[in-house]
Amino acid sequence: MRQPADALARRRRFGGRLGDAALYALTGAAAVGTLALVGLLTYKVFAQAWPAISKYGLSFLVHRTWDPIRGNFGALDFIYGTALTSFVALLIAAPVSIAIGLYLSELAPRGVRGIVGSLVEMLAAVPSVVIGLWGILVLGPFVAHHLEPALHSAFGFLPIFNGDPHQAGQLPAIIVLTIMIVPITSSISRELFLSVPREIEEGALGLGLTRWEMVRGVVLPYTRGGVVAAIALGLGRAVGEAIAVTQVIGASSGIHVSFFAAGDTLASRIASEYQGAASNLQISSLVYLAAILLVFTLLINVGAQVIVSRFEFQRTGGS
Amino acid sequence: MAVAYKLQASGRVRRRKIVNSLMESAATIASVAAIAVLGLLVVSVLLKGVPALSWDFFTKGPAYFGQSGGGIANALVGTGLLVAMATGMSLPVGVLVALFVTEFARPTFGRVVRVTLDVLNGVPSIVIGIFVFALLVVGHLQSGYAGSVALAIIMLPLIARAAMEVLALVPASLREASLALGVSRWRTVVSVVLPTTFSGILTGATLAIARAAGETAPLLFTSSITGNLVTTDVRRALPSIPVTIFTYSEQPDPALHQQAWAAAFVLIAFVLVTSLAARVLLARSRSRLGDLP
Repeated sequence: MRQPADALARRRRFGGRLGDAALYALTGAAAVGTLALVGLLTYKVFAQAWPAISKYGLSFLVHRTWDPIRGNFGALDFIYGTALTSFVALLIAAPVSIAIGLYLSELAPRGVRGIVGSLVEMLAAVPSVVIGLWGILVLGPFVAHHLEPALHSAFGFLPIFNGDPHQAGQLPAIIVLTIMIVPITSSISRELFLSVPREIEEGALGLGLTRWEMVRGVVLPYTRGGVVAAIALGLGRAVGEAIAVTQVIGASSGIHVSFFAAGDTLASRIASEYQGAASNLQISSLVYLAAILLVFTLLINVGAQVIVSRFEFQRTGGS
Repeated sequence: MAVAYKLQASGRVRRRKIVNSLMESAATIASVAAIAVLGLLVVSVLLKGVPALSWDFFTKGPAYFGQSGGGIANALVGTGLLVAMATGMSLPVGVLVALFVTEFARPTFGRVVRVTLDVLNGVPSIVIGIFVFALLVVGHLQSGYAGSVALAIIMLPLIARAAMEVLALVPASLREASLALGVSRWRTVVSVVLPTTFSGILTGATLAIARAAGETAPLLFTSSITGNLVTTDVRRALPSIPVTIFTYSEQPDPALHQQAWAAAFVLIAFVLVTSLAARVLLARSRSRLGDLP
């Protein structure tokens, strides 16, 4: 496509050439500006966090106190909270989203597909603050009065289901995060499963495999990389979710094994202290938390990209 | 006559069939559960939000302490302004970025821009709020201007990726026909490529607006400490619907919860209607582009 355009360039009038240059410069500036924006974002976050980074260094990551009154800050409790809630939410959400993706691509009757598919996508469009509101006022009481007592009496011997029921805590946070991850990962998985060539699927069925064997032997291996990337994307969303988690997790420091106990994540601690930062050190410690979050999500995203490209390479043999 | 063959599967085949139907029902149950959750959410918001709706709710600011009634007029105006300004910033930039990648850039640079947009899309919105806080609020005060910059950064990758997607659908023959008539490159872009993709870009922008209207995290640090009056002064912090829901939900007062549910109803209605409309538009514009030679 460049060829004919270049050949024509000689015959173009001055105005045309000027317009081309202007459009090129304008769009190029926008593109370079986007790259610069991401650079500036990273720089600004680290610069703002610098007082805390220079005071605590990397020991901030393993330091447990968060004491605004004495001016002593550490992130370990929140890293634990983030890891626990995101990981458990992902553990539930990943199989559920793959199942939904499979239902929508392989099982559902044609008429149902479109409707269920768009309903799932509507769930993705619900703002997190609304899910959080529902979480605090509807889910919280349900969890405290029904779910947690039931879990406690059935599995109370496990430390994760031990302790008194609470309205706000890590369990509602896990449920809320699951609700937020599932629509994203399941709609990506559906697209992936639909991209599997019809011939291979029909070939497998023609050899006498059941539908599930076809899924396990053909569809899942074919889309493995993409599914892993979709799950990574869901993880990124869970790790970074601030609002809904702040509303339901109960904002308390400490490392609690029990899912019933209140906790805090990196993102929810930042969000819950938006009005209350007393000192500059507290502000820069909060920004330090944001910097950790930024690095986490960058790693997850880049990791997902690498997985996808490596998988593409495998599938196409590098062509 | 005696039956020579059993038509029922047995042994291994039977087990395989059982596993298959177990898995099929598991997948079906998962989908039903997802929709049940959506249903629960929407029903809760409807049941608790709709009774609190009234004329005052849309036309008055929040009631002062100790008084009942009041509404979210200030937040409605604030969200409208914030989202409008954010769209004004992100829509042109997003379309320009997409044009550069599809019309001018070399493949490698195009890929770099794509990955950067994906990375930006993956940055948690609270971190974007912190970034704009560090950039525009530290040393100054919160402002509607800062809030809309934060929302614009959320919208930029969404708009740019959506625009790239539809720009890539424009058939090469259309561009070549225009160039062959001696039309310059920029005129081809302005009067052939952009009009063809107009409705697709509009769809992307609508989806981004629906997303931005519901974002709370970027506004917490940039435009959240506000008064009760309806204001259009963008140099001060502007109230917004999501932040209102967030702060009310953290209060113990049931009257405020009631207001939060009603505000959630307004927000969810706006978001769901716009994103549904956008999807319908998208399907239509795709099929129209597909019809082109």
